[in-house]
Parts: sequence; structure tokens; C-alpha cells
Amino acid sequence: MTAQRFADGPVIPNFGKPSACLRDNGWFCTDWIHEHWGDTLQPALIQHIQLTLIAVGIGFAISFALALVALRFGFLDPPLGVFTDFLYTIPSLALFQLLVPLSGVTVTTVEIALVSYTLFILYRNIVVGLRSVPPEVLESARGMGLTRRQTFLRVELPLAMPAILAGLRIAVVATISIATVAAFLIEDGLGAPIFAAIGTPDLFKTELVAAGGLAILLALTADALLTLAQRALTPWNRVR
Amino acid sequence: MPTEAAELVFDEATKVYPGRDAAAVDHLSLTVPAGEICVLVGPSGGGKTTALKLVNRLIPLTSGYIRIDGRQIGDYDVTELRRSIGYVIQQVGLFPHMTIEGNIGTVPRLLGWKRERIRDRVGELLELVGLDPEEDRKRFPAELSGGQRQRVGLARALAANPALMLMDEPFGAIDPIVRARLQDEFLRLHREVRKTVVFVTHDVDEAIKVGDRIAILREGGRLAQYDTPQQILEHPVDDFVADFVGRDRALKALTLKTLGDLELSPATDDGLPRLSADTSLRDALAVAVAERREALLVVGPDGSPLGVAKREDLLR
Repeated sequence: MTAQRFADGPVIPNFGKPSACLRDNGWFCTDWIHEHWGDTLQPALIQHIQLTLIAVGIGFAISFALALVALRFGFLDPPLGVFTDFLYTIPSLALFQLLVPLSGVTVTTVEIALVSYTLFILYRNIVVGLRSVPPEVLESARGMGLTRRQTFLRVELPLAMPAILAGLRIAVVATISIATVAAFLIEDGLGAPIFAAIGTPDLFKTELVAAGGLAILLALTADALLTLAQRALTPWNRVR
Repeated sequence: MPTEAAELVFDEATKVYPGRDAAAVDHLSLTVPAGEICVLVGPSGGGKTTALKLVNRLIPLTSGYIRIDGRQIGDYDVTELRRSIGYVIQQVGLFPHMTIEGNIGTVPRLLGWKRERIRDRVGELLELVGLDPEEDRKRFPAELSGGQRQRVGLARALAANPALMLMDEPFGAIDPIVRARLQDEFLRLHREVRKTVVFVTHDVDEAIKVGDRIAILREGGRLAQYDTPQQILEHPVDDFVADFVGRDRALKALTLKTLGDLELSPATDDGLPRLSADTSLRDALAVAVAERREALLVVGPDGSPLGVAKREDLLR
């Protein structure tokens, strides 16, 4: 089905007035990048960020809720862990195909798949983080008269932060990488120009390198930002 | 609850854990007068910690009453009750993600104190427990030693000026030298801020040193004897108490008095060992035995001779 789509497209991309670099299918033709930043690369980058943020955002909300349920009702933790584990093992392409009959060839299908993958990482990390709070800290909180809610918001949650943020970092980087596969289904994200480049008869190298490079750069930037956030939010972890 | 010291009464207080036949605390009745330190001591399984946690309702009573200044603990809102009682535990339980200032200010913040008032109070308390009010307030618990952390724990419990303090083996995890110093500082601090204190320990020597009164609990949470350290050492009510305080109880009793408490003979300076008036009789006896002397010269804080203590005076 998808292979069909590429076959429908123009076999030879329209490059306008091609430079020498483009005629030779060079690895990094700046003139093409310049010309198509606005109509190809930038929109793809923005879509990619959107895909990632939505997936991680929803994934985080679901994981958080599941983690709270698991902590309240301990017997639910093993089955929930196995379930999120199982979701993670389904190959993304297979998951897309499984979901198409349910939600069609839409961004929703892509997001459902991406969210499923974040659950495994986020759920585990949130549970581990909240469980790692030392019992004597909880006892002193209770003894000093913090309510259940105050204990959660002021003690358990901040102390779980390092683990939660570590999970978030992995989830974001993984999602940025997996989201390129979304182009298998819809023409969204940095996967689209990558697929387009692969679809050309002699592999359009500049577009492949530019889009792929952007995906890598995005992942590295996100990782760096989240590392900084982690440091800023958990100053007590830097002492000792 | 008044912010000065409160009187604490256990009245037939009983705790039976669900699914157990035997009580953990069995009809415990005792009164801790306002401003005194009551030490709960006894073998493990004696219910000391359970009895302590009944007071701030970390453990609910099965039957009987506990009253603070005449008011039953059950009549308080549980959160309010806990905020008005200082609570110190062996593992301290400082919040690792908060600075020392944040830790000490926990209860005042919950009570809605103004920022400046909390800042001033934190400085005051740090000074009181012997930490640096400027440097140490910004540190995190991980940057402090075990002894320093326990001092912060004590300051945190004192923060909102509670009328009652509950201390569960507060110095139990600290090495002997620092522990002795913390005990001394705690007693000095208690002379400054006379709170009613319930103090749990399994260490008889600590109980004798710290307690105004000692409650000895035996297995099953039954009160064996509740008395001053002097009375317990000199007149144990039964073999259990005598055994528990140890065969050297006569020697332990000597730790309760100092040379200054004795009637001294006129001073004659003929090369006797010189000991200051605040030396305990036990230490003085140890010196007399070690130096094979029949008498010791007692001197004041400025080193001037006060008189002579004979060896038999120490043992009288």
C-alpha cells in the first residue's frame, strides 16, 4: 500500500535549475537545502516535534495514572508492567498495520503507536521513582503532620523526579527516532523527506542526509535540554 | 495546645495489633509532668516505640486514653495534633531534596508562618543545636555528617515550638563519642527550652543519663517500674528491673551525683589528684581506684580547692 504511494509520485524530483552538486547527487548540496528549507525541511521538523510532544505528553499522562494505580493497588503492578512491556515488543510497522483497520491511515494511528512505546519506559521509571522514597522520610513526613496529599506533592514527587526525568529523556529520544517511521503511513515528520529520498531511483543523498541529520540533531538537542532541566530541578542530587 | 510544656498522661493505654493475641502495650498508665524528660526503656518487644507512636496517633489506640494537658488525643484533628508535637526518629528522615532551612521550616510552613519569621526561627534553631546559622542553612542533608543530621532533626522537631516532643532512639545510630556529646547538648538544650519529652531508648545508661523519670517496660508492653533514675537504681521493684539495669547498678547510681554534691572535708593540698566539682562520683571513684588514693582534691571551675572527698564518701 505504501510502496504504491511512492510509485505514484514523480520519479525524478523537480529540482528547478540544478547545481553541479545536485546533478552529481552530492551528499550535502547547500543550494537545495536553502531552497527547500521553507517548503520541505522546516515543516517536516515542526511536524516531527509535534508528533513527539503529543506522544510523550499523552504517554506521560497515561503512565503517571497507571503508576498511581499500581502504587495504590500493588497487585496491579506486575500485570501493568507486563502489558507495557508487551506493547514495546511489537515492531512499529506491524503495530501500524494492526491499527489501520481501527483508526485508519491517520495521524491518530501514528500517535497511538508512539504513545504505546513511551508507556514502557515512562511507567517503569515513574513507579521506580515513587517507590524509591526512603521509608523513614515518609514516616517523618507523616509524624510531622503532612497530609497524604502534601506528602505526595512535597516529598514523594520531588524525590521521584530524577527517575521520572531520566525516563522522560529516554522516551523523548526514542520517540524522535521511532517517529520517522510515521512516514510509512502519513506524510508527516522528518520521515517523509527521508522516505522521499529513498524513493528516488538513485537515492537522493542530500535530502536523506539533511532530514536524517535534522532528526539526529533534534534528538541530541532534546536530550541536552532535558539533562539541563534535570540538573536544575534536582539540585540536591549534585551535592555529596 | 499550649506552647509551653504540656503534661502527658497515659491512662490504661492499650494496643493490640490486628491478628495478634498478645498486647504490644498493655494497660499502660503513667503521667509525665510538664517539662520533664520521660525515658521509655526496656527489652525489644517491650512496646516502647509503639507506646510513643500512640501519642501522635501514628498507631491508633486499641483502648484506654492518652491525654495532653487534660485533652484526649482523639479529640484533636490528627494533622493538627501531629504538627503540635515534635517528632524525632533514629534514622532522622530529613527530606533529602530540601535544604536544611527547608527541612527545619517544614511545620512552620504548613502552619502558614510568614517567610521572615521562618527564616529567623531557622537561624535561632541552628544556633541552638550548634550549627552555623548562615552556612549550614543552605546545605542539603547529604552534605552533613550523621551527628549534624540528627541535630537538624532535633531543630526541625522544635521548629514550631511544640509543647511535647517524641524522640524514638534519636541517638541510636550515632557512634558512642558523638552520641555522648549529643546527649549532653540535648540536656543543655532541654534546660533552655523546657519541653515535655518522651524519649525511647534500649540503652539503660542513656536512660539514666537523660531521664528525669524512667519507665521500664517488660515484654508484652507492661510497665515494670516508673520512677526517677535514682529510685530505679537503688530500689528496683523486682528481679526483672534489677536484671535489666544490670549488676553494676550501684556504680551506675554513682553517675547521678557529682563531687560537688558531697560534703567535703577541709582542703589539704598534699599532692592529691585534683578533680573538678562537676566530675561524677563514678569517674571520681575510677580515678581513686586507678591512682590507689584514699582521697581526692575537689576544685572549683577556676581551679581553686573546695575541699577533700574521701573514698568512703563517694560510696556512701
